[in-house]
Amino acid sequence: MATETDHTNPAVDGSELIRFDKVTKRFGSNIVLDDLDFSVSSGKHVTLIGPSGSGKTTILRLLMTLLKPDEGTIKVDGDYLTHEDKGGKLVPAGEKHTREVRKKIGMVFQQFNLFPNMRVLRNITEAPVHVLGLGKDEAEERARELLDLVGLGDKCDMYPTQLSGGQQQRVAIARALAMRPQVMLLDEVTSALDPELVAGVLDVLRDIAHTTDITMLCVTHEMNFARDISDDVLMFDAGRVIESGPPEKIFSEPEHERTREFLSAVL
Amino acid sequence: MKWDWDVARDFLPQLGHGLLITLEATALGSILAFALGLVWAMAFRSPSRFVKWPVAAVTEFIRNTPLLVQLFFFFYVLPTWDIKFSALTTGVIALGLHYSTYTAEVYRAGIDGVPVGQWEAATALSLSRGRTWQAVILPQAIRRVVPALGNYVIAMLKDSPMLALIGVVDMLQKARGEASSSFHYIEPFTMVGIAFILIAYPASLLMRALERRLGH
Repeated sequence: MATETDHTNPAVDGSELIRFDKVTKRFGSNIVLDDLDFSVSSGKHVTLIGPSGSGKTTILRLLMTLLKPDEGTIKVDGDYLTHEDKGGKLVPAGEKHTREVRKKIGMVFQQFNLFPNMRVLRNITEAPVHVLGLGKDEAEERARELLDLVGLGDKCDMYPTQLSGGQQQRVAIARALAMRPQVMLLDEVTSALDPELVAGVLDVLRDIAHTTDITMLCVTHEMNFARDISDDVLMFDAGRVIESGPPEKIFSEPEHERTREFLSAVL
Repeated sequence: MKWDWDVARDFLPQLGHGLLITLEATALGSILAFALGLVWAMAFRSPSRFVKWPVAAVTEFIRNTPLLVQLFFFFYVLPTWDIKFSALTTGVIALGLHYSTYTAEVYRAGIDGVPVGQWEAATALSLSRGRTWQAVILPQAIRRVVPALGNYVIAMLKDSPMLALIGVVDMLQKARGEASSSFHYIEPFTMVGIAFILIAYPASLLMRALERRLGH
């Protein structure tokens, strides 16, 4: 049972940025991630696919420290995320250590989660000012650039609720980028959008994927998008990676029976 | 018994005096109740059970014992420990502390009403705990509960005559003084009742308007 899963090859492009080592996560008696090993190299765009409940979103939430693993370790850019190395012994990480490591990670949520009490511009500048210590002017200048990038340069002074879902999600992307993360986690970012708004968001993400070297870890049901931006696709089932490889291979000639079933259901 | 306008006129300055004391006790009591209640509500959310449990126990205890008992406790017991305040200050502390256990529940409901995604977004942006409360959670939570908090101001206003029992000379106490010296009862007590309703009713209308404006 505990056989090696197919890893993405960490040596191909840049260093290893994310590593899950024998990570298990349970909710009650339900095992969501089962002794999971996998890694993502710097600069790669990796898409996680699989039936719902297969543990994809849990991976993102573990990385964002919204959940804690029951067993195993997670490393980000060489540092343990949820543990600290104290004199050669691994102990649960303190808040401060976790926050430092976590700064390298940004996340965009299915439900956007913009702060409704702040205008668009302040949604984006809040963390750069109060976490990174940027000056207000500098933070605002960068926020405006990012808003231009996502095509919302004229919405600085709006409140999130005055925007459409697609616009809100683009602000959320700008907000995540403003922290200059090394990794972006995208958690079904188009699932809550009306169909006609999906394309705008995906275009922005495509743009970022193709023009920056940010590593992306993406859970999505948009298979065309996955095919377009991914270097690697990981197929999850029952808490483990059952198949992985470049999108051409996974989508055209999947090896695993479960992958074929899943793809025929969603494509 | 007949209404005597002269008696009413004579009592008016005293009523005004008492009214100021009543409003002072209510206003200061409210500020204390709002501030302390917020502290309790945030403590309920503390990750440490050594904060959470004692605060829960103390607030339950205060909420479930009568204000009057607390009032007497502060007035008679604290001085024996060499903690001495004026009657009004003692009254404000008792009133504020008692009602803080109610406002804590109001804040708690407001805080629980902030979607968990807001906490998650704050975590994803690495905002500190303090900054998350200050910039993200509280502005959203408090907005929701302003009308409910306002209702407790009105409740405190109506409980403020209890302070007379420890010697605070509020409106009601003025009326009793007037009655016992002039033997006119109907005028002073009626006027105190009217004074209360003249404050409380517009205040509750204001709360209702606020409630509508904040969209609930």
